[in-house]
Amino acid sequence: MSTLESQPTAHGGIDASLRNSRSTSAFRSGRDARRYWMILSICLGVGILATVGLIFYNNPVPVDSPSFMPVVKRRLVAVVAMFIAALCHSFATVTFQSVTGNRIITPSLLGYESLYSFIQTSIMFVFGANALVNFSGIGAFFIQVGLMITLSLILFGWLLSGKYGNLHLMLLIGIIIGTGLNSVSGFMRRMLAPSEFDLLQSRLIGSVTNADSEYFPFVIPLVLLTILCLYLMSNRLNVLSLGRDVATTFGVRYQANIIFILILVAVLMATTTSLLGPLTFFGFLVAMLSYQAAPTFDHRYIFPMAFAIGYGVLTTAYFLLYHVFGSQTVVGVIIELFGGLAFLIVILRKRSL
Amino acid sequence: MIKIQNARKWYAEEVKIGPLNIEIPKAGITSLIGPNGAGKSTTLLMIGRLLHMDEGQITVANMDVSTTKSNDLAKVLTILRQENHFVTRLTVRQLVGFGRFPYSKGRLTREDEKIISKYIDFFELTELEHRFLDELSGGQRQRAYVAMVLCQETEYVLLDEPLNNLDIARAVQMMEHLRRAAEEFGRTIVVVLHDINFAAKYSDRICAMKHGQIAAFGSVREIMKPELLSDIFETKIEIIEGPYGPIAIY
Amino acid sequence: MNVTPEVESISQPQFSEQNPEQQSNKKQKIWTIPFIIAVIIVIGLGIVSLFTGVYDIWNQEDGLDMFFITRIPRTVALMLTGAAMAMTGLITHLVTQNKMVEPTTIGTTEWAGLGLVFVYLLVPSPSLVTRMTGAILFSFVGTMIFFFFLRNVKLRSSLIVPIIGIMLGSVISAFSTFMTLYFRMSQSVENWFIGSFAPIQVGRYEYLWVIVIMTIIIFLYANRLTLAGLGEDVATTLGVNYNRLILLANALIAVAVGIVAAVVGNVPFLGLIVPNIVSMIRGDDLRTNLPWTCVMGMGTITFCDILARVVNMPFEMPVSTILGTLGAIVFILILLRQRKSRRLR
Repeated sequence: MSTLESQPTAHGGIDASLRNSRSTSAFRSGRDARRYWMILSICLGVGILATVGLIFYNNPVPVDSPSFMPVVKRRLVAVVAMFIAALCHSFATVTFQSVTGNRIITPSLLGYESLYSFIQTSIMFVFGANALVNFSGIGAFFIQVGLMITLSLILFGWLLSGKYGNLHLMLLIGIIIGTGLNSVSGFMRRMLAPSEFDLLQSRLIGSVTNADSEYFPFVIPLVLLTILCLYLMSNRLNVLSLGRDVATTFGVRYQANIIFILILVAVLMATTTSLLGPLTFFGFLVAMLSYQAAPTFDHRYIFPMAFAIGYGVLTTAYFLLYHVFGSQTVVGVIIELFGGLAFLIVILRKRSL
Repeated sequence: MIKIQNARKWYAEEVKIGPLNIEIPKAGITSLIGPNGAGKSTTLLMIGRLLHMDEGQITVANMDVSTTKSNDLAKVLTILRQENHFVTRLTVRQLVGFGRFPYSKGRLTREDEKIISKYIDFFELTELEHRFLDELSGGQRQRAYVAMVLCQETEYVLLDEPLNNLDIARAVQMMEHLRRAAEEFGRTIVVVLHDINFAAKYSDRICAMKHGQIAAFGSVREIMKPELLSDIFETKIEIIEGPYGPIAIY
Repeated sequence: MNVTPEVESISQPQFSEQNPEQQSNKKQKIWTIPFIIAVIIVIGLGIVSLFTGVYDIWNQEDGLDMFFITRIPRTVALMLTGAAMAMTGLITHLVTQNKMVEPTTIGTTEWAGLGLVFVYLLVPSPSLVTRMTGAILFSFVGTMIFFFFLRNVKLRSSLIVPIIGIMLGSVISAFSTFMTLYFRMSQSVENWFIGSFAPIQVGRYEYLWVIVIMTIIIFLYANRLTLAGLGEDVATTLGVNYNRLILLANALIAVAVGIVAAVVGNVPFLGLIVPNIVSMIRGDDLRTNLPWTCVMGMGTITFCDILARVVNMPFEMPVSTILGTLGAIVFILILLRQRKSRRLR
């Protein structure tokens, strides 16, 4: 390397052939790159194994019985739900953290989950248990998603644009709105009968059993389209994560891009929350793990890794908890727990924010 | 040429910058000096379109910074601020590579790679090019940032206090590099500096600001006058003739 | 994105140095006309509170008994809680040099909730004292963690602090939810979180008087706590034992939140709104702001509780709902107002 330390001339003249061998890649060494591909393959492998296990393992009905396929189909629905959840949370959280320049926060902070809880609780409170159970179907689903995206648009449009646009302020206000909604929801919950309360409770924690396959034909193309959009914007995301000033200096229109990207994040979060329920710290856990596993700045590599980890974690958790430990309902809570623990560890080890 | 016409910015009732009127010609290094709160950084940020003016117009190479498309400006003008924190882990080479973004949008061609190598070598970062930024010393990191903006190959380069946190040796090194960049690559460089002697030794022109206004603008000799500087900095400054040019004693 | 300087600056208190003569002058100045008016208003609110309620104390036989069993204790509890939460907020501001923090936004209340969950788990039918102890212990640990975090991390924007604090709170609250679900504790435990003064009566609220002691301690240590907020290095240079002060602040906060949590429940946003409004109006003079914060805290919560009793008569709303909703709105208004101030000419 010392041969390149010669006195640069007007052309930075160094032997041309030596210069040509230097290139910028997403990883800083071959070893890092190989490690990346290895971890990616392992995570995908684990995910596939767990998927197969979830579908076929311990099927209570024999293969040649007529009710074999329906059981498989039901399980398939849950797996697809996990797939969607993993896609949404991984992409949304990674994007959100890059765009805000902060790896401690998650898009859940924008109040989607409070809004979701509020809607569910109000329906139960105002219209009763039957109404809540009947609040399903495409119409209801899109009402919820629509409401959440509208809230986000208001937040972004109002607080991010114009001369006074300030990201942290917007986040804080989003949180406060969420807290306010939680207050009202909590009060309504208090007034419910215990049976109603239990019914509601099951909906308020993210679970794949909440997912209704009726929505899939709409949800899946929407999510895939959004993911594709985000992935194709990887280069711009790379620059945006350098901050407002640097991105503007490189000619990227910061505000317009941020608002657009945040809308995409809103679509993902609204969809997954409406489909499965809230999973606040899952995205954080996945993002944190993927930054460790993919030691690069380039979103083109971080995104796939995040999805692989998310899917692997979710499917494995469900498999273990369903089949090995026999518990059905607490998966969402356990994932939240681990995500929460990861959060605590990260903030206790952080040096600068 | 950078032309500022009647630029003003209000922060509060009493605190304002401007009206600023100045024409900074092409080529060479122009230093912006002045006491704290004079408005040097604000002026630089307005030229670099990172801050909006409340009134007035600034054009760089005949492009109005408020109305021209940001991407077009990015091929003509670049600015580096004092504080830079990055969330992601970047190597030196990757960072400098971002300088090519206005042209290649992230897809680096072989030509880009050659240019990146050129500036890495120019700033003597060759051995460090695959190190992460947080593994470098402050001085090395600063060189990497400046390499990044120079790699953008814009005619106009604005630097806000690039010598902060650099010791004497590193600061001298940085100014030497900037001087060479101005001469070898034909750039027009505007730097905000705190040390008037650095400004005197390395610039072609000095612009002195005070209380949000431009107090004086001219060649180094014209500005390095004891009465002028004492008035601007509100402290007694004497000028003596050194081996390389005028030196301020304070 | 860059934080607007104004929001940044209002979220950090500025402290004016006063020389000793001015300090003694200011001491007299506490009892200014506006202050006396405020105290009178609060006393007035207290009287209104004494006479608000469904039970007809005039015509019923045991009306007078009820007056002493519930009405007076309730009003007293309101005053004490209001003062406690407002001042806890003030202490947190001082020590963290950030005006957007208070027990609700740094996770302390959620830790108290977790403490209660553990107590319910470990002790069948726990007494009030046991519940309080659990809540206090856990609040102490939680606040300690937050302060520790704040010391070790260099923050670029002071708006990040409440964001992190709230996230911390969500983690703890998720943990509590897990515990309640797993151990099938359900509704009754979630209800602690709904702060309400309805069940207050003689024999249940006396521990709130501890808050008076707390108030006296805060008055005595106010200046030193301020110094602690300037950072470890500055405080030590000025001759103040930093660690001990932080522990003291921590203890004060934990005790206040713990007692209130066990006796009343969650009282959100009070510690945020009251000190902020007081300093928006009067600036950041600590000595004279303390009594104001106290009094305004009392007034606000009494007012909200009267509202809670009246809004849906004969049913009572829990005061934490009113505080939560109103508080959220006021908080947002405070943030927005500062965003635009002094930016236009």
